[in-house]
Amino acid sequence: MTLLRTQNLSAYYGDFQALFDINVTVEEGETVAIIGANGAGKTTFLRAVAGALATDPDTVLFDGQPIGDKTAHEIVRFGIAMVPEGRRLFPSLSVEENLLLGTHSERAGPWSLKRVYELFPRLQELRRLPAPSLSGGQQQMAALGRALMSNPRLLLCDELSLGLAPVVIRDIYECLGAITADGTAVVLVEQDITRALDASARFYCFQEGRLALSAPTKDFDRAALTAAYFGL
Amino acid sequence: MEWVNTIIQGILLGGIYALFAIGLSLSFGIMRLVNIAHGDLIVLSAYVALVVGQNTGLDPISSLVIVVPVMFALGYALQRGLLNSTLSGGLLPPLLVTFGISVIIQNGLLQGFGAYTHRLQVGAIETASVQLPGGIAVGVYPLLVFAVAVCAIASLQLLFYSTRLGRAFRAVSDDADTAELMGIDNRKLYAVALGIAMIFTAIAGILFAIRANFDPAAGPIRLILAFEAVIIGGLGSIWGTLLGGVVLGVSQAVGAALSPTWQILAGHIAFLIILILRPNGLFPRTRD
Repeated sequence: MTLLRTQNLSAYYGDFQALFDINVTVEEGETVAIIGANGAGKTTFLRAVAGALATDPDTVLFDGQPIGDKTAHEIVRFGIAMVPEGRRLFPSLSVEENLLLGTHSERAGPWSLKRVYELFPRLQELRRLPAPSLSGGQQQMAALGRALMSNPRLLLCDELSLGLAPVVIRDIYECLGAITADGTAVVLVEQDITRALDASARFYCFQEGRLALSAPTKDFDRAALTAAYFGL
Repeated sequence: MEWVNTIIQGILLGGIYALFAIGLSLSFGIMRLVNIAHGDLIVLSAYVALVVGQNTGLDPISSLVIVVPVMFALGYALQRGLLNSTLSGGLLPPLLVTFGISVIIQNGLLQGFGAYTHRLQVGAIETASVQLPGGIAVGVYPLLVFAVAVCAIASLQLLFYSTRLGRAFRAVSDDADTAELMGIDNRKLYAVALGIAMIFTAIAGILFAIRANFDPAAGPIRLILAFEAVIIGGLGSIWGTLLGGVVLGVSQAVGAALSPTWQILAGHIAFLIILILRPNGLFPRTRD
């Protein structure tokens, strides 16, 4: 069952076209990686799916419904949650308040404060602290938890590993397993290719706003990936 | 003892300035909206209370039951229908649009009510006073206004830090784009915010109109006082707004004690001094 399908998705920043005819599908419960160099359009793609960038209605289908013209807050209600690049926690809110903010979409489901704290026990200890006082890894956990609180069917993760120590990245990716076990589909946008490919079943490689390659992560041609990544 | 008296009167005067400032502080703190029409909305509230009083016979304080919902609805509609569309284009569009609203309100009131001065009457409480030790007499009405200001600030504190709505307000103030991505409808939230700001504006307008005369052109000076209180206290700070009002009130009272001609000027001078020494105000909170 296809959860997300983009059909010839194009996106613009003013007159500048950042995405050209992108066709991506994500099956229910599947983890898909989107990789590419800086400026390839990975974040733009996530923002277009999440509704932060306006697109044509029929270019993004979620569960068969056209959502391309919906605004960001409406799309969360459909069940798409975003973990933005650089965490983007709310600095004047405590950790717990940041998590609770994820409930404003009013979607029912398995995720609750209790369950997020079970997944990230450290956050429970730190719940009263202001969000900026957390370490980078803890902030990433809080950002993940905040997205989960909206009980998404599709989780969009933008650069989970950015600026984090390898051991912390490993911890966070281990938790991703617990999230997908529920049947939540995940789109991972990463510059850390190895990490992203390890965690996902298929990948798409973007290059300068266009889809350059898509393949299963188990079996693909390294040389083709290099070519698609660098545009050689 | 005379100076103690002056300072007490100044603090109490600060209550009304804090009430003027709350609405402005809210709309700036939450949506970065500099509402030039704020003073005129205060005066408009007083006129609404006047009309309600003439038509229903309610006294000004009781008329709040009608004026508050009316002003909330007006604030909600104004933000939803007009101001939301000005917020994406930088600081200038909302300034110009609210300046336009200010002109419309002033001229609309002039058209409807003429240039006469009005005043809302509440009877004996206006002149009642209590004696404090040391021969200091404090007006019951200024005391009441100050108490209302403190309660208003305390209720805002409660709203912002203990409710779901307040949490959303703080999140949107921090980072509106991310709040939208988390499922908050910013445009609706902004409309509620201006509605709430107008509740406090209505209260300020009526309490002001009981202690002083008002006419259609009385708005801009209230706007300046509100601005000064907000900036002295620190942009976006709730308790800072009360403190800003008090600083302004005390400066004016001290100025007036030195020479009656100095009252208004002393407030402005205090504002300028604080702006030079602490450009972010006494309790800065808002980040940009």
